[in-house]
Amino acid sequence: MSSPVAVRRRGVERAAWFLVLPFCLLFGVFTAWPVLQSLFMSFTDTRNRDLRSPFAVEFVGLENYVKAFADPLFRTAAANTAYFVLVGVPLTLVIALTAAVVLDKGITRFRAFFRLGFYTPVITSIVAVAVVWRFLLQDEFGLINTVLGWAGVEGPNWLGDPDWSMPALILMAAWRNFGTAMIIFLAGLQAVPPSLHEAASIDGAGPVRRFRYITLPLLRPTLLFVSVTTAIGYLQFFEEPYVMTNGGPLNSTISASMYTYRQFGFGNYGYASAMSYLIFVVIAVVTFLQFRLLRERG
Amino acid sequence: MTASRTKNRWWIYVPLTVAFVAVVSPFAWMVLGSFKGEGEIRANPPTWLPEAASLDNYTQLFARLQFGTYFLNSAIVAVLVTAGNLIFCSMVGYALAMLEFRGKRALFVVVMATLMIPGVVTFVPLYVLVVNAGLANSLPALILPFLVSPFGVFLMRQYIVGLPKELLDAGRVDGAGEVRIFAGIILPLCGPALATLGILTFLGSWNNFLWPLVVAQQESEYTLPVALALYSTGQNSIQYGLLLAGATIVVVPVLLVFLVFQRRFIEGIATTGIK
Repeated sequence: MSSPVAVRRRGVERAAWFLVLPFCLLFGVFTAWPVLQSLFMSFTDTRNRDLRSPFAVEFVGLENYVKAFADPLFRTAAANTAYFVLVGVPLTLVIALTAAVVLDKGITRFRAFFRLGFYTPVITSIVAVAVVWRFLLQDEFGLINTVLGWAGVEGPNWLGDPDWSMPALILMAAWRNFGTAMIIFLAGLQAVPPSLHEAASIDGAGPVRRFRYITLPLLRPTLLFVSVTTAIGYLQFFEEPYVMTNGGPLNSTISASMYTYRQFGFGNYGYASAMSYLIFVVIAVVTFLQFRLLRERG
Repeated sequence: MTASRTKNRWWIYVPLTVAFVAVVSPFAWMVLGSFKGEGEIRANPPTWLPEAASLDNYTQLFARLQFGTYFLNSAIVAVLVTAGNLIFCSMVGYALAMLEFRGKRALFVVVMATLMIPGVVTFVPLYVLVVNAGLANSLPALILPFLVSPFGVFLMRQYIVGLPKELLDAGRVDGAGEVRIFAGIILPLCGPALATLGILTFLGSWNNFLWPLVVAQQESEYTLPVALALYSTGQNSIQYGLLLAGATIVVVPVLLVFLVFQRRFIEGIATTGIK
């Protein structure tokens, strides 16, 4: 005879497994297994003709990875992705932080209204906004160049000029994504105790110094979180070039994800897997580095 | 002091309003443009209000290009994916937050470690899997891989951990089993977390692109973003009115839902600190 406590515990155990089983099955089959198989495939010469027999393929070691590093188009795609992230993430965060500070301290009325407007692009499909922006960025009759024309500036042929295509994509990404960061910054700013600011004011600190020495240090965890999530998203950018430029002009906007997708389309599954794992590794490293960097300064 | 400070700052509404217009105007231009004819969309200088508003673009999308089917596909996929996440993720969240069982630590570590697995890492083997399972070009292929998410588990677990443990004891005294405690006591208290997860999942599914693009290779299985992307890069790529109407169909339904739930949604994002 087992004790009532033991019976209870066994009941809990059984119930817990009943509750987690559907998740474990679905997650195992559709996420965990593909993650492992992707790694396996990246060391093989799997092509689309091997679709029905994914294990009857030749093991090629690091060949796909070596090939990727030597592939000029992959290098271009990697450089473009770095450009997109290194310019896009700071730009997005600066816009978001500016908007959050203004909404938090600068105004008293219509705060919810502005917050809603700035957040709206985030919920929309990137494909749909990319279609719209393709027209906004048109050389001759596009809205953006028309507005620039009012100010006497002759706008560039955004999507047709290799020097301007990536800035155009970054501009659109910042426009679409800064709302998320802004909302999270707002929550972070509201957690800064007003008494700290009051004490600093009494000591004669102006708004800029108070922002630099009080707000910014207290905002560090928020800054960390937002920069990591934004960078992870930007490292995978795909829809923007797919819809707006098809990677052009002159491959100036082809991204690592897009090139991976293209190789998949050509049927080079092993090669595509290797490139997707490279993206994965970069994402993991960036996450780790940003954690170290922002934590150490604190 | 506060009064004088705000009085001096009225000018800040000027750049703020300019920024607001800049952020929102692409949507206004999209919706207005969707009622314009081809000639007017290309007019230089551009017009705002359509001179001869018509529903031609929409009629074409639904009559000639099957946008009704794509819309229905997107809706079915998003609803089922959302339902799956709400049910399965809250079940796991409850188990991780309140129950003791073997493998609990390992499960939690796996969930945390896979929070950020990008879709680009899994799509190739997932495609092989789906083809071999005979699911290629079917709605289940669009739904099954997204029915659960580590992120959803994390969100629900964090919320349920904050609920008082005494709820369990109350239920146990009444003789309820763990599953009944979950369904009858815990779940009804999870409203805010379920709302956040539900809206995020629905939006994520509705806007999802890479996987549907990979796996939906027949028109009958296209979702809206796939159809729009393929039309915008294919032979219809210069029919601007048509494409703007297509973009409007993708954006406006979620925009309306968002406007209704925006307060709860924005607060949910702020408190959970996630995208």
